[in-house]
Parts: sequence; C-alpha cells; structure tokens
Amino acid sequence: MTSWDDAVARLVDGSATLLSLWGEREAVHLALLHEGEVVHLGFACRDGRYPSLGREHPPAIRLERAARDLYGLDPVGLPDSRPWLDHGPEPTAYPFLPVEGEHLHQIPVGPVHAGIIEPGHFRFTCDGETVVRLEERLGYVHRGVEALMQGAALEKAARLAGRINGDSTVAYALAFARAVEQATATVPPPRAVWLRAVMAEIERIANHLGDVGAICNDAAFSLMQAHCAILRERVLRAAATCFRHRLMMDAIVPGGVARDLAPDGAETLRALLHEVRTRFPPLVNLYDATASLQDRTVGTGVLRTELARRFGAGGFVGRASGRDFDARRTPGYAPYDMLTFDVPVLSEGDVNARVWVRIKEITQSVNLIGQMLDRMPDGELRVAVGAQPGEGLALVEGFRGDVLVWLRLAEGRVQHCHARDPSWFQWPLLEAAIEGNIVADFPLCNKSFNCSYAGHDL
Amino acid sequence: MIGALLVQLAQMALVLLAAPLLTGWVRRVKARLQRRRGPPLLQPYRELYRLIGKEAVIAENASWLFRTAPYLIFALTWVGASLVPTFATGLLFSWTGDLIAIIALLGAARFLLALAGMDIGTSFGGIGASREVMIASFAEPAMLMIVLTLALVAGSTQLSTIAEFMLASASLRVSLALALVAFLIVAIAENGRIPVDNPATHLELTMVHEAMVLEYSGRHLAMIELAASLKLVLSLSAIACIFVPIGLLRGSDGSGGYAIGLAAYAAKLAVAGALLGTFELAIAKMRVFRVPSLLGGALMLGLLATLLLYVARGM
Repeated sequence: MTSWDDAVARLVDGSATLLSLWGEREAVHLALLHEGEVVHLGFACRDGRYPSLGREHPPAIRLERAARDLYGLDPVGLPDSRPWLDHGPEPTAYPFLPVEGEHLHQIPVGPVHAGIIEPGHFRFTCDGETVVRLEERLGYVHRGVEALMQGAALEKAARLAGRINGDSTVAYALAFARAVEQATATVPPPRAVWLRAVMAEIERIANHLGDVGAICNDAAFSLMQAHCAILRERVLRAAATCFRHRLMMDAIVPGGVARDLAPDGAETLRALLHEVRTRFPPLVNLYDATASLQDRTVGTGVLRTELARRFGAGGFVGRASGRDFDARRTPGYAPYDMLTFDVPVLSEGDVNARVWVRIKEITQSVNLIGQMLDRMPDGELRVAVGAQPGEGLALVEGFRGDVLVWLRLAEGRVQHCHARDPSWFQWPLLEAAIEGNIVADFPLCNKSFNCSYAGHDL
Repeated sequence: MIGALLVQLAQMALVLLAAPLLTGWVRRVKARLQRRRGPPLLQPYRELYRLIGKEAVIAENASWLFRTAPYLIFALTWVGASLVPTFATGLLFSWTGDLIAIIALLGAARFLLALAGMDIGTSFGGIGASREVMIASFAEPAMLMIVLTLALVAGSTQLSTIAEFMLASASLRVSLALALVAFLIVAIAENGRIPVDNPATHLELTMVHEAMVLEYSGRHLAMIELAASLKLVLSLSAIACIFVPIGLLRGSDGSGGYAIGLAAYAAKLAVAGALLGTFELAIAKMRVFRVPSLLGGALMLGLLATLLLYVARGM
C-alpha cells in the first residue's frame, strides 16, 4: 500500500482504519492501521493541494479542515469549506449546518459553561426535549502546539508534549519519547520501559476512577462521586510518593525515565493496589444496585458498532461499542507483550457499557501494576538519545484511547511534530450518539465519552 | 390583641430566619454523608448578605417583569410560609391559612418565575420554564387530591383546624398514610429536589429551577434564593403540622407552651432536613419524562386515599 488512491480505497472499504491525517508546509501525511500494522504514508503536495480523503471517508473531514487551517493545504473536493481550529477575525460568524423542519428550536450551549470545564460550543437543534441534531464547534483552546514544537530542542519538546493534554500527560510523554527513540534508533533501558508502563497504568486508574464518579454525579448521584474522588486522590498521592508528581508530569523523557521509583515506591504501590482491590468492588456494587442510576445509564446515548468501527474510535468509546482494539496489544509495545491482561469489550454501546468498560479496565490495570512490581527489572534509567536525523511514529494507549505522535528530527531538534488525540475520532461520534436522546441526557452522554478539548484543539 | 399580633409577627420572622438555616442544614447533612466537611451552617446567610450587596446585572432586553418578579415571588412565598402553623395553631391570621390558598400563593409565585425565566428570551430560561410548568401541571392536581383527603378527614381545608383535629384524634388511618406519601412526592417536586431536579447542579441542560434563574444576579438572586429556602420551610412545616402535630401549641392552651412548641418545631425541621438530605444522596435524578409518572403516582395515591375514606364510611 503505497499510493494515496490505494489507501483511500482501503479506508473506504473498511479493511484499514484511519489513525491520523496531518499536514506540513508542503506535504500531507496519512497514518493507518492495516492488518495490525501502523502504516505511515507521506505525500508531497507542492501546490498546496491534495485530493480530499474526507469526501469519501468522513472521519478525515475534521482532520483535513484542521490541516487547511494550520498549513493552508487545500483538500480538493472536501464539501465542507468552513474552518475548524482557526476561528478567524470574526469568531461568531461561523455558519452552523442548517437543520430544517417544523417545531424545531435551537439551543446554543457554551463555550463558557456553568461549571469549571473546558470550553466548547454545542449547538442543539431540538424538537421539544428530543435532540434532532447536535453540532460541535471546537478550537477554543488552540495554543499552537505544533508551531511551538517546530525547532524546539528535544528537552523542551518533551515537556511540551506532556502538556498537550494534562490528564493524559503520561500517555503523551510516552508517545513522544517512543517516537523520538524510533527516529534515533535509541533503545531505552528495560527498567525505564517497565516504569513507564507502571505510570501509564496509574494514570489510567486515576482517570477512570474520576470518570466513573463524574458520570454518576451527572445523574445527580453524588455519593459515588464522593467515594470515587477519595479513591482517585489516594492514587494521585501514591503517584506523588512514587514519582514525585501527582500526575507524573515530565517523569518520562526520550531515552528513558527522568526519575526512579522512590525507595518506598513499590511498597506504596502495593498498599494502593490493596486499597483499590478492597474498596472499589463495593462501589461497583453500589453502581450496579442503584436502580435509579441504572435507569439513567442503561440504553442512553447508544453508539452503533459500525460507526465506532468506521471512525476507529479508541478507548472505552470504541470498546463499549464492540470495537476490539487496544494499542497495547495491537500493534503492541513493551512491556505489555510480556504481561497478561484482558481487553474488556462490550457491545451495547450505551452509557452503562462505557462505565463498565472503565470498571473492568481499572481491575485489569491493578493486576498489571501487580505483575510489573513482581518482575520489575533492575538497571539503568536513561540512555543518551542518538543525534541522527529521522522520523518516528508511536501509538500509545492512553486512558481515552490511542494517542499517536509522529515527528521528524534534524540536528537534535524537532523539525515537525504531530500529536493526535483519540478525541479526534470520538467527538464526531458523540454527535451521532446523542441523536434521538433528550437534551437533559446530554451531560451524561458527554461525560461518558469524556472527550478532550485541549488534546483536540492543540 | 397586641399579644396575638406579636405572636403572629414572631411566626413570620421565625420562618424567614429559619429558612436559610434549614437550607444550610440539608447541605451540611449531604456533605457529611459524602465524607466532606461541608460549608458552615450559616453559609446561606452569608451568601444572601453577599448577594444583596452586589450589583444586579440585568440583560438589556429585560422588561419590568424581570425586575419586579423576584420581590413578588419572595413576598408570595413568605406569606404562604407564614400561614402554616409552625409552633402554634390559632394565630391571629390562621383563619386565612387555608391549604388551597397556600397552593394558590405558591402557584402564583411559580407563574411569575416561569414568566421571568422566559422574559429575557435565552434558551435556558425557556427550557427551565417549560419543564417547571410541565412538572407543576402534574403536581397541582395531585396536591388538590391530597387536600381533598385531608378536608374529608378533618372537615376543613384550614391548616390550623386540620392540625388541631390531628392532635385530638390519635387514630391511624390508611388514607392519611397514602396522603402522606403523596404529599412527600409533591413536596419533592415542588421544591426541585432530587430525583426531580438537582439544586446543586452546574449542568445547564439538566436544570429546571436553576435554568429559570440563570440570568438573575445580585439582590434579585438573593430574593429568589430566599424564596426557594422559604418554600422548603413551608413544605416541611405543612407536612409536620398535618402528619406529626406533636408538640404543637393549640390556640386554647394559653401562652405557657411556646417553648415546647418552638423546641418541637425545631426538632421536626432538623429531622426532616436530615431525612431529605439522606434520601437525596441515595437516589439518582430521574429523566425529565419520568417525572410525570412519579407525580401521576402521587395523584393516584391521593385518589386512593379519598376512595378509601368513602369505602370506610360506607361500611
């Protein structure tokens, strides 16, 4: 598979999944997952034009619009000519797609919300309480990450990567580090590889715990939120003890890890695992046994399997809708090939299924950390990164799904870097999942997707 | 005469002063059950003080209705709350304390709030108003069925008379139990508590009461918040005086029992607030369209209570 047309054909017939599409000044890149392998294709487009993929494969539409905003690349044939990340000089003049019909009314929500959450605009078209169509508008937290990356020294770029999306800082730092290592043919020491995985699983547990509580809280069941928040706090404190930072920011660097597990780290982690193992199951029972809560989550915001597959939805969004994919297994990376774990997959696709995938993943991550602590290798923490120029691409399973980082290095600096958050393929699906539900159920659906604004807006 | 007037004024001051405290108490109970420390009990007073001192931001297209509604809502609710026997029956204005009149006062307040919610023309105000009116259209018939049951039992719709009747006749009645359950459901819906509405939510799209008052600020918001607290006091006091009249000072008892009456009232509010907080924590919020079936249940319970009374009399 080397030609653009061939790649498009495979994406359209479903034999390949789109991982990302991004631009450069005079080139457009495509990453796909084909038969369990990540395939990266780059095409020069010197006149700034390329044939649109989004015209035939909708998951690429927003990526193409973003590439047009950021690098002026024109996707020829893309029906949607509106900007995406670039809000331009007149941010309020954005034309939303027209919706026609009798008795319809619009509800604009955001970008400033009544709670302290990230900014995003949601335009609902409703018939009474029923949502007929939802259109998202994002880009409010665009910080120009890709531009900041260009020409940055490796150390600065690694710090930047860890700040693209605060709640997934470990996943991003890991993806960036692995991409650099691939580009420079550096082999990180085994202990570093294992410690990175420990951090990634801690991050997953902490975020999933927060999500389970927050989803229940959006159904006004604050008891669950209170207990989950306490448990999450314990996880973060253990992370602070082990890696000297609650979110483990900047702990992963290209070539290894910046700091070792604290001397009492293993002990702290084992105590934490014990606490989660004993205190989490009663909470799961509480979730399962509260009829009023089940009434809200079961059957709400159903995402169909075919859509999840077509968009290549990662993480709990895809796995709750029957898409059996986990970057830790396919294409897979160390040390997960040496560990045993299950990837929970459900087929219902509703809010309840997304909660359950998280619950099961917490159990899996707890087991994974246990296995890793038992077999943690000794040795070096960090090796020097080679200086040769090159390109690298890494796919890492963050708590939301697969984070992709591609970069090109030259003279020890980042020439170009692209980070694709799993939310790119989850946000559009939220629009589909809410259709036919009532407006008042949107917060619940939205929280069960928990897409990232910052990771998406770059 | 002057003494009676003073007692009546004391009752009016009591409900006004107790309202924020009760709100604070319910919040405190909920916080404690969530293993949080929770805000101090007096926090609602501080919030009101802060709001009154703040500038009221009013949308450009707001009409006079938007500005006057908060005061009217507050006044209507306060009058309603003052008419419910709290620590004593047979006060100076008790003859006006008719259940139907109180329902009408609350209905008028709700009407104004719904209008004010729609006045500015934001989508949330409209959503809130339409949901509130939908809930009210189910809650009011249920409430009237309950009043009918009580009137048939006690021979009056006047709260003072009902309370005195309940104090005198200690017998248990199935109809009253049904009416109590129905009353509780209606009270939860009227006050916008979980599972019908969530007073603590920050999610614009799920709000009912909060959506209507989203545009209010400053002293206007203070009036509305205070009215909401008063409504909770009103509902709990009405339930207490009808179904648990223990300790209530009867008009004929003279002035000796005020201390007992007040202590009993405080205890009842504290227990009711704690029960409300516990209940709210144990249940998730309903889908908006489930609320009518909940209130339909209350209506049926009220109907059943009335029918049972007729059946019992026929035998």
